[in-house]
Amino acid sequence: MPATPVTNLTGVDYAIMAIYFVVVLGVGWLLRRVMRTSNDFFLSGRSLPAWITGIAFISANLGAQEVIGMGASGAKYGIATSHFYWVGAIPAMVFVGLFMMPFYYGSRARSVPEYLRLRFDEKTRTLNAVSFAAMTVFSSGVSMYAMGKLFNLLLGWSFDVSIMVSAVIVLAYVLLGGLTSAIYNEVLQFFLIVFGFIPLVWLGLNAVGGWEGLSARLAEVSTSRGFPADAYTSAWSNMGDSASNPVGVEWFGLVMGLGFVLSFGYWCTDFLVVQRAMAADSMTAARRTPLIAAVPKMLFPFLVILPGMIAMVLVADYGPAGQGLVPAKLAADGAPLVDAAGRVVLDYDLATPMMLVHLFPSGMLGLGLTALLASFMSGMAGNVTAFNTVWTYDIYQSHIRRGASDAHYLMMGRVATVGGIVLAIGAAYLASAFNNIMDLLQLVFAFVNAPLFATFALGMFWRRTTGHGAFTGLMSGTIAAALHHGLSLPAGAQPGVKGGFLGLLHTYPSELAQTFWTAIIAWTTCFVVTILVSLATRARPADELRGLVYSLTPRPTDKGLPWIRRPWVLAVAVLVLTAALNFVFY
Amino acid sequence: MSSSSGLDIRVPIGGLFTVLGLLLAGYGLATAGDPTHYARSLSVNINLWWGLIMLAFGLLLLLAASLGRRKLSRGGS
Repeated sequence: MPATPVTNLTGVDYAIMAIYFVVVLGVGWLLRRVMRTSNDFFLSGRSLPAWITGIAFISANLGAQEVIGMGASGAKYGIATSHFYWVGAIPAMVFVGLFMMPFYYGSRARSVPEYLRLRFDEKTRTLNAVSFAAMTVFSSGVSMYAMGKLFNLLLGWSFDVSIMVSAVIVLAYVLLGGLTSAIYNEVLQFFLIVFGFIPLVWLGLNAVGGWEGLSARLAEVSTSRGFPADAYTSAWSNMGDSASNPVGVEWFGLVMGLGFVLSFGYWCTDFLVVQRAMAADSMTAARRTPLIAAVPKMLFPFLVILPGMIAMVLVADYGPAGQGLVPAKLAADGAPLVDAAGRVVLDYDLATPMMLVHLFPSGMLGLGLTALLASFMSGMAGNVTAFNTVWTYDIYQSHIRRGASDAHYLMMGRVATVGGIVLAIGAAYLASAFNNIMDLLQLVFAFVNAPLFATFALGMFWRRTTGHGAFTGLMSGTIAAALHHGLSLPAGAQPGVKGGFLGLLHTYPSELAQTFWTAIIAWTTCFVVTILVSLATRARPADELRGLVYSLTPRPTDKGLPWIRRPWVLAVAVLVLTAALNFVFY
Repeated sequence: MSSSSGLDIRVPIGGLFTVLGLLLAGYGLATAGDPTHYARSLSVNINLWWGLIMLAFGLLLLLAASLGRRKLSRGGS
């Protein structure tokens, strides 16, 4: 525990937090009556309207990696971080809504792995279910670790106590109200996060003289590091060469690696988000879920990235050696860490939290920290509800105990909720090697998720794809990812967890560049191997694939809907606005 | 807009924002005479102003929920 916490809370701040806890638990309590079947518990009885599932769709993803990690990346890379949204998330969300949701929702699969069972075979499902379950536990643990460390540093709270308290609250409301409770609280948490961060951005921008003031100050930081003056404030104009932007990638790696492979892999196949759409009350609502989610999502960069950018230049010493509000990372002996080039290593994860502490007086500070807590909790609950469903349906029901009563599986869902949280707490104590949570999560996604999108794309749009093809493709994709990671290193890193453990064939300018290329190679390997093995194995008869493959499924019709509610109208609007944002911040 | 769960999510969210808005705005009024309190937030009484905005948002949600309920019961009878 640090000798002196960064700040102290007063009565009003604690009151705000306490009220939030009471309401979150109250929602779970009010929903406890309607959890009668496993379908209620795991799928909300497929009864929620699109605006609720839409908000939950992004809110479940709005955990630590988003609020803290995107602020960290904003401080480290500047506005180019918005590529995670405007190149990455939005096109993928439009694609899943328009083209993939008909299969997820229409097949009546209860989970993404179960879709793989219907489309391919048991082994493909199990591979996906096991890796997904491990990943949810891991992400949840990373999120908890970040929260415990943060609240310890800021407020002097005990690491163990803050982890336990938030875990118990999430556990309580998920146990009581299942997925509905998680989703309702995600909607609540979404509004709390938005209302906690808007005044932060407003005050921060005012303090640095608006966007122009911010650009002028960041230009000084940029030139002092040997980049063009606008490297931190324009998203595209320095992407021609990986050496001229702080991200250390060039446009091809960015668009293919992040935009195509990683983002489509995450938003189109990750059950954590797809589960929210599956809880919708109709096919149209399920298809509109990611499209509705895309509208606030495209504005999130202003909420979560700008605070990190402002943190770099808010206080006076943002010059050559400047680090703004962002403190140095400390070694075990308390001295600041220094990298190979002799520059102090910054703890970018603290950029956004330091902004809260610096700009908010008591009162608003309580609201801001409650918003942070809310983001941690919605991320944790999202992972836990996805974990308990995949565990119960795809692992327990299909391998451990078939044909039990529904009450038995409902009970197993509750047990898995407890088990998932206990495992996540264990993971929290393991997750501390990387200096940027985002890079770490992207790396894990690259190994597990990058090949996945190739499998789904082929499975949904090429009926000749076979189960053996999908399974071998996934395995080879993941192995290719591991090989590539093991044979390459980001500049300045030591061989080990950051790569190079099998030898060194290539050095990338940055960790993100390495991650993007790992994803591209994994995806390509999976795509090619799946096609080759599929052609060599026996295809399934067409009538078994109805409702699971594009060419054998009737198109969902939007007739009878007013034009404003049609999914493709919303999709075009979202894409045009996203293109406009890319252009404005070019 | 309330689903088969019987709980309209606008009610707890509206309630939360109403209470938090009142609390923040009240605290902002109570601390309005103390300029050092708002040195951090560029001398803006952010508690008062943001509290009022949150209060308005909370009341709006509660109003929408109550209109929805009335419409529902009229449709049902």
